[in-house]
Amino acid sequence: MAETVWLFLGLLGVLTLASAIATMLSWKSRRMTEVLPSTLVNLNARIKAWWIMIGSISIAFLFGKTGVILLFAFVSFASLREYVTLTHTRRGDHFILIGMFLIIIPIQYYLLWIEWYGLYSIFVPVYCFLAMPALTAISGDTERFLERVSEQQWGIMLSVYCISHVPALLTLSIPGFQGKGLLLIAFLIVTVQGSDVLQYVFGKLFGKHKVAPKISPSKTWEGLIGGIASASLLGASLAWLTPFTVLQAGLMAGLACIMGFFGGLVASAIKRDRGVKDWGQMIEGHGGMLDRADSLIFAAPIFFHIVRYFWAA
Amino acid sequence: MVLAGLARGITGVRPIWQGCAPSDRQRIFFANHCSHGDFILLSSSLPPRERQRTRAVAGADYWKRNKLRHILAKDLLNTVLVDRNWVERSEDPMVVMLDALQEGSSLIVFPEGTRNMTEEPLLRFRSGLYNLALARPDVELIPCWIENMSRVLPKGTFLPVPLLCRVVFGTPVALEPNEDRKDFLQRARQSLLELSPEHRKALNHG
Repeated sequence: MAETVWLFLGLLGVLTLASAIATMLSWKSRRMTEVLPSTLVNLNARIKAWWIMIGSISIAFLFGKTGVILLFAFVSFASLREYVTLTHTRRGDHFILIGMFLIIIPIQYYLLWIEWYGLYSIFVPVYCFLAMPALTAISGDTERFLERVSEQQWGIMLSVYCISHVPALLTLSIPGFQGKGLLLIAFLIVTVQGSDVLQYVFGKLFGKHKVAPKISPSKTWEGLIGGIASASLLGASLAWLTPFTVLQAGLMAGLACIMGFFGGLVASAIKRDRGVKDWGQMIEGHGGMLDRADSLIFAAPIFFHIVRYFWAA
Repeated sequence: MVLAGLARGITGVRPIWQGCAPSDRQRIFFANHCSHGDFILLSSSLPPRERQRTRAVAGADYWKRNKLRHILAKDLLNTVLVDRNWVERSEDPMVVMLDALQEGSSLIVFPEGTRNMTEEPLLRFRSGLYNLALARPDVELIPCWIENMSRVLPKGTFLPVPLLCRVVFGTPVALEPNEDRKDFLQRARQSLLELSPEHRKALNHG
């Protein structure tokens, strides 16, 4: 697929440019002071992590459907692990927790692999939703029951169900777009993650008015509007990857980015509630897997269902 | 080696060298104890060279109870087995531990003596730590707080839940001249408690 090659060449170019700029900024600042300011250290770490993340996505793409499904099963595993670490668990929950990792994740991704839409779209919200509290009740420990059960269900919904809608795009059959599902995934990831980066850049450059000062000090209206507007333009310019027209691509990108913003906001609210700054330390400079995936979690299911409703056969 | 890799894969463990740095010195790591996974987690967060010469001290009465456990503890995990039972013991635990130190090994000890199943963050320390400090003042005593392992592998279970764990290494504690047993154990226990997240939280809010 020529499109994939062009896309990855483009990403390679952007990353090289970012690395070059960061190296130049570091070099300039090192001439003035001995120690790098923390923003620059963080910027360097972030760009390095992007190389690794884009590298892993490229490798997954090389292996096609299987690669992408395995990659996102791993993303689910890492996200769920970060999430559960921050929740309240009791000894009676032990087997449910193991089941979340060893049973629910494999089943959800297996259902995707065999493309059984009728089941993978309800497996978590119907079957797991009912089975988990039932099994918890059997264990007999009622202390903080509702809280424990809800936290487990949230974890599964966010880290497994919602994230699995990214590879689910591969199962859609779109007339005139057969066999190009990977490009749709690339479009979603590039626009949503691009919007995160652009929001960060616009926020750092022009940010003044905070959107939700109680939740996140780094989210500003300037960053939000600038980021989403530019990411929509980015999406429009990537229309050639998709079954959309240029206008549709821009709108879909904008919608995904707005959802992504809410995902980040909700994730921040949970982190604030638990008194932590990041979900983990897995991805240097970014925090944990969930710090990177939070926007995709909210964007993917909506993006999936709109594409399915309007474009899929 | 395999176990260390497995432990890291499941718990994504991160060593936090808060009060000391990895080194080639002979050391005794003393830690809180809630789970069988504790010492595997602790040793897997040491750098390879330090890990290789570090052996855990474990209760012989538990690990010799059946053949499988014995093989596991002795050959696979290379632990230093000591008898906790005062009446029927055949070897003096102090002699066994000092022998291991004599051979140049570093040790991991759990001064609470058993896995802590209570709501208390840390049980009272047994006196072994004091005796070790007295006999080998040249060996550094490092407090290590193991976080979350009790949730990964609670007592009585054998399948671990993957959760993120941390091991915090604190500032070495040394026996002061004329310090008596009780004071020293109290101070060592306090130095370990201060590494716990509850304590750090209390500090941040105070």
